[in-house]
Amino acid sequence: MINIKVVYILWLREMKRFFRAKSRVIGTLGMPLFFLAFLGFGFRGMPIPGLAEGVGYIEFLVPGIIGMSMLFSSMFAGISVLWDREFGFLKEIMVAPVSRVSIVIGRIAGGIMTSLFQAILILSISILMGFKITGISSLLWAVVFLILISATFIGLGLIFASRMRDIHGFSLIMNFIIFPLFFLSGAVFPFDNLPSWVRGLSYIDPLTYGVDGLRGALIGISSFPLIYNFTILVISSVAMVLLGTYFFEKSEYV
Amino acid sequence: MFYFRCVIGNQLSAANIECDLLMCIIKVKNLSRHFDGFVAVDNISFTVKKGEIFGLLGPNGAGKTTTINMLSTLLKITSGHAEVAGFDISKNKDNVRRNIGMVFQEPALDNKLTGRENLDFHAMMYGIDTVTRKARIREIFDLVELTDKADVLVENYSGGMKRRLEIGRGLIHRPRLLFLDEPTLGLDAQTRRHIWEYIKKLNKENGISIILTTHYMEEADYLCDRVAIIDHGKIVVMDSPKKLKDILGGDVVSLETDENPEKFISLLKELEWIKTIKKHDGFLDLTMDNGEKKIPELFNIAQSVRTKISSISLHKPSLEDVFLHFTGKTILEQEASQGEKNKKLMMRRMGR
Repeated sequence: MINIKVVYILWLREMKRFFRAKSRVIGTLGMPLFFLAFLGFGFRGMPIPGLAEGVGYIEFLVPGIIGMSMLFSSMFAGISVLWDREFGFLKEIMVAPVSRVSIVIGRIAGGIMTSLFQAILILSISILMGFKITGISSLLWAVVFLILISATFIGLGLIFASRMRDIHGFSLIMNFIIFPLFFLSGAVFPFDNLPSWVRGLSYIDPLTYGVDGLRGALIGISSFPLIYNFTILVISSVAMVLLGTYFFEKSEYV
Repeated sequence: MFYFRCVIGNQLSAANIECDLLMCIIKVKNLSRHFDGFVAVDNISFTVKKGEIFGLLGPNGAGKTTTINMLSTLLKITSGHAEVAGFDISKNKDNVRRNIGMVFQEPALDNKLTGRENLDFHAMMYGIDTVTRKARIREIFDLVELTDKADVLVENYSGGMKRRLEIGRGLIHRPRLLFLDEPTLGLDAQTRRHIWEYIKKLNKENGISIILTTHYMEEADYLCDRVAIIDHGKIVVMDSPKKLKDILGGDVVSLETDENPEKFISLLKELEWIKTIKKHDGFLDLTMDNGEKKIPELFNIAQSVRTKISSISLHKPSLEDVFLHFTGKTILEQEASQGEKNKKLMMRRMGR
């Protein structure tokens, strides 16, 4: 059912495209880095309610911004199916005698890799800015969370892509799906500060558990236990990938 | 043995083709496709024989591409039945896909990859092993004369080069059937010629069956063994280009003569090879086969009765005339009226 060679070649294509588009690499790094720099320095030393004892705002912010970059790049990777359709290449993929599941897995693998690359770049820059991580095991845990966040949102991106005919709806999704998911997750402030009815929404946002998991892994302080975040993200990523595959298979791409 | 009988609902198409299972690469029976209530393909039936170049000729929006997309498993069918290379297009998609090569109307290349990478991608998708892949890709580049551009990004290719690369790509996995959707759309005359020769060569030397769509009459005429003229989603008539043109009664020779060609006409009437004679405003319209060969003879006859011919013109019927004959419109007029409809359809689909 899943053809490894097909997954590999689709992954390879994503890699080549990504690293050839220098402007894309720099462009996608821009926003998270500006957020990190301006919010980080802007609110530095300010008393922010809800922050755990002894945690500086930058320490709090770095995992949040990494989570945000994962959200943006993964949603984009899922929706980029529409770009392939726009440029006709999707037909070339769809007319090949390979299972549709392999096609989806290949795209997800490529998307995870490029998102991961960006996240690690941001983390490296943060370390240069003075962010400290506790050790190698915390880094490995972070990578696990990054992969799960990425799979979840690529799946969601695929669902949206299958409901849209072209890329013109992308700004709608940007403003009404991606940004709310980002703010609800507590990436830039503790989500406990939100009014209780909004907090309800935070609890159903997978990124909440992603960002919290990253905080737990990287700075050792989180609202929920690590294993709890992990379990929820495993469920959400499996569900989203399955749904994304289902919708991808169902829609017609010509 | 099971015989698949394909009858066209038109009394003029004498093509009552019987096509048995072993002879046919495509069999289509009562195939339809609807989009939100719009009927793009309306109950069409046809067969394509092995080794044949078969053309779907019609204006833009007639349903040609939709037909091709259904046959290549990219679009679901609304109703009907079709087999490609012996496999049902709805039930046995992967086997259909394995046996066909596809060249799409709009370029379907990854512009950010090189020509070689595009071919590599394709070959891997079709499960061709590394050694074979390398050999075939080299072969293909030679064939489409792009060897020196193999490692250039496709975004730097010209339109003709892209087309050639795409045709080459469609052949890497050695398909039994090649789909060409408007293979020369938007290409200059020279490149078009080149691609025509290339398609003919593929068909002759490699025995690949080809189904192509086009709205260029001369393309269908030059390339196809048989042509189905399609309009408003229906097949209007189907036969070899020659037979289709013969329906119109052959070449028309128009003579401009002096006032009283009565004697001349009476001589012409005795000739078997002249099918019809029409007289209007000092002109005589004669229909016949091989008009260019008969013109000298007409002069001799005219001279024998001292009738003066002051001008002469020969009109060979084209598929354009056939299209006009069956639909009452030229293909351009049809495209103009179809264009409006498609715009509306597009608006509807975008609003989804």
